[in-house]
Amino acid sequence: MTEIIRRSKPLSVSPLKSSQPLGASLAILGLNRAIPLLHGAQGCTAFAKVFLVRHFREPIPLQTSALDPISSIMGADDSLLAGLRTVCEKQHPAAIGLLTTGLTETQGTDVQRVVKIFRERCPEFQGVRVVAVNTPDFSGCLESGFAIVVKAMIAEWVPAVSNHPSLSKEGKRRHQSRQINVLCGSSLTPGDLEALRELIERFGLHPVLIPDLADSLDGHLDAEDYSPLTTGGTPLAAFTTLGDAAATLVIGASLNAAADLLQERTGVPTHRFPHLFGLEATDRLVMTLAGIAGQPVPATVARQRAQLQDAMLDTHFLLGRARIAIAADPDLLHGFSQLLAEMGAEIVAAVTSATTPTLAQWPLTQVHIGDLDDLETLARERDAELVIGSSHALDTANRLDLPLLRAGYPLHDQFGGYQRAWIGYRGARQALFDLANALLGHAEHAVAPYHSFYSRKADPRPEVRHGATATFADSERRH
Amino acid sequence: MKTSDLAALRDEPACSHNLQAKTGCARPTPGAAAGGCAFDGAQISLLPIADVAHIVHGPIACVGDSWDNRGTQSSGPALFKLGMTTDLNEQDVIMGRGEKRLFHGIKQAIDRYSPAAVFVYSTCVTALIGDDLGAVCKAATGRWGVPVIPIDAAGFYGSKNFGNRIAGEAMINYVVGGSEPVAPPVDPARPDLRVHDINLIGEYNIAGELWNTLPLFDELGLRLLCSLSGDARFREIQTMHRAEVNMVVCSRAMLNVARKLQERFGTPWFEGSFYGVSDVSAALRQFAALLNDPDLTERTETLIAREEANTHAALAPWRERLQGKRVLLYTGGVKSWSIVAALQELGMTVVACGTKKSTEEDKARIRELMGEDAPLIEDGNPRVLLELARAHHADLLVAGGRNLYTALKARLPFVDVNQEREHGYAGYRGMITLAQELTRTLESPIWEAVRRPAPWLPHRVETAHD
Repeated sequence: MTEIIRRSKPLSVSPLKSSQPLGASLAILGLNRAIPLLHGAQGCTAFAKVFLVRHFREPIPLQTSALDPISSIMGADDSLLAGLRTVCEKQHPAAIGLLTTGLTETQGTDVQRVVKIFRERCPEFQGVRVVAVNTPDFSGCLESGFAIVVKAMIAEWVPAVSNHPSLSKEGKRRHQSRQINVLCGSSLTPGDLEALRELIERFGLHPVLIPDLADSLDGHLDAEDYSPLTTGGTPLAAFTTLGDAAATLVIGASLNAAADLLQERTGVPTHRFPHLFGLEATDRLVMTLAGIAGQPVPATVARQRAQLQDAMLDTHFLLGRARIAIAADPDLLHGFSQLLAEMGAEIVAAVTSATTPTLAQWPLTQVHIGDLDDLETLARERDAELVIGSSHALDTANRLDLPLLRAGYPLHDQFGGYQRAWIGYRGARQALFDLANALLGHAEHAVAPYHSFYSRKADPRPEVRHGATATFADSERRH
Repeated sequence: MKTSDLAALRDEPACSHNLQAKTGCARPTPGAAAGGCAFDGAQISLLPIADVAHIVHGPIACVGDSWDNRGTQSSGPALFKLGMTTDLNEQDVIMGRGEKRLFHGIKQAIDRYSPAAVFVYSTCVTALIGDDLGAVCKAATGRWGVPVIPIDAAGFYGSKNFGNRIAGEAMINYVVGGSEPVAPPVDPARPDLRVHDINLIGEYNIAGELWNTLPLFDELGLRLLCSLSGDARFREIQTMHRAEVNMVVCSRAMLNVARKLQERFGTPWFEGSFYGVSDVSAALRQFAALLNDPDLTERTETLIAREEANTHAALAPWRERLQGKRVLLYTGGVKSWSIVAALQELGMTVVACGTKKSTEEDKARIRELMGEDAPLIEDGNPRVLLELARAHHADLLVAGGRNLYTALKARLPFVDVNQEREHGYAGYRGMITLAQELTRTLESPIWEAVRRPAPWLPHRVETAHD
């Protein structure tokens, strides 16, 4: 049972948490030909845009209802209607994600009603799908905003199974189906999603990822030179096919509510994975896929598993009892804590951004709901040897004089962070290598040199070697 | 902030936007808006003050999504780099616990970090629920004896530029005049040198570019009393009223600071730029002229002659490589005319220039540089920019970070000249950096490679060049 320690200080310093509307926007960006529209002041959008652009190094479609003093105080429905109309006219999106912010939630906006009015007044834009979601930034975090939107997409676009002709026919179709629905939580990177897709396809199954950030936010270079909307991503048509799938996989405990709703709507059997970090979680996924596909585990997958086990052997000398400090959104933190627990590493400081129902069941003794300042204090008190966190944690790690393994959002001080795969046998193996290498470059294992009083060495300038070593270790650690 | 205060701030007589039919700052269009809010602008203007604890009073988005994303540099304290926020939750908002949390938050910052001062920024939510920022700051100053300054720049008050202006106004109202400068140190090599005090307004030390010009000021015996706000300290802002000349460097949005310093303390000011050899020289001459010191004028001319000669010599090989290259220029904040001049000095042709934020004066200067028929881009959405690039056979796009991917995805070379940029282009030295960066992207071998279609495909990929 994990002890949960809540925030006790008035200020959050070096925040770990990013906002709910930002996470909500991210989920919309996993849809094809879509654009998020934040209902708030321009800054909410501008900040989220810069944040995501710097993380993915891709153009990020994002718009705003651009509230001013008058609309903020007298009511912003007209601004929102104007915003919806402008986006439809100019960009012709397939879908708009209409997301609230702290400002409009404090006003008490009713976005569902505004969408209704929009439908009445602008029948010419009937073809544009709109999903309107309440995502105040005074609640939750990036992960919860993402999850709320995935649930809202299902609520809006997945037809209930009772609308289908007959249940028995459905059941038959499902039996033959090779389609696998995958609800993908925000902890999965585009690299994770590609690894997951590849693994599922190895079993002869056809995955439908919801949402699909791998397809929309990674390495786009199309014939078309400019798009104001997402290119790639889950096509909206896919939502109507979810009921035909053989099974639904849910990755991330944050998506439990979305999974419940999808299960209720479609009746498709659901397999839930709080994360896919490490041997045990991946074993469970592979066995699930083998069961659904009705075929043996492919030799390549078996090979990857052996490679992970081999890496566990090789790295356990460093990772066993290694003292780790980690700050991340809940699902990612849960995944890492499992991976590290499998290696016998010790998480001496764990900080997450928001509380969740499953927090208490993690393989941790204690978790703080807090910021990177808390992480720094705890890591220092408890002699951590390595920090896991986003690019925001770089200064923290530098002040602690510890190596940083970058994971989570945002990763803006390196290239390709977004495409790194953590999950599955291969992802776990690389994670173990990187963790061990970080410790290898930093830790001092040998006994410190002792200069004997009697048995003196006639070394000319011992300090030269010292200086060179320190500089080398320093540059290793920081880059 | 009261509506009347907002209206008064919008009316800036020194800004030539005031003379147009639609006075002051324009309102954004919902659904087709770009750029930040007033809070963003206030942070851009003040966050570079390095020894201040910057506390943002509101829910998480304002700091959680934005901290640690600016290129401003400090030569000393790193306190400004810590994101600090009251991170209000739903209960705080509903129950009105924000002010209390803020009051204790200020104490936390003072106890833990011993800042020179605390700046407290309001945000949309706390402005809307009516938290009394001024009262909390006053009480906190009284209780803990550290200056606590309210910056009432909630996002919805207006645009980023408007936020710059609010920030400047807060400095004038609460900080400037708070202390007196000490006498400048005497340079033993030049004990009789008459040292003059100057301020830069709207210089944010992006990528450390202030440090390209600071050595020139030192050489001339110009003491930079305060840069508002690149690499500034709280105490320096307090002494701004003692400068003999103010230079407004980048954004017109902080013209109010220069104007008010003139009204209250009689300090003359001018607008200038540190981009391009001729503009750097012009700025230095302007200082000398306004300071009315013949010795300084003479030394300035000597320095300019030396620096220009050195720079031109250093630029010669680069100029050869850049000669005749065609640039599409679309800047946001930085003065377009100054960049036009800089690019022309490098022998490049500016085929079209963005003027979205330019004043009529700016446009006149651009026409002077580019010719009467110069295509000016009023609203450069990505589609328009790419079409212009194609129509004018542009070799590269020079613009703000927002258009980085507009260019890259169209496989068009690109240089970033706005506030997220990684390189300092100011000063004579900055000009050499600019030439190097332009060459780096223009001469990169990747352009042919990324335009090359896969060998198994029958057709060519369309590019910006076709």
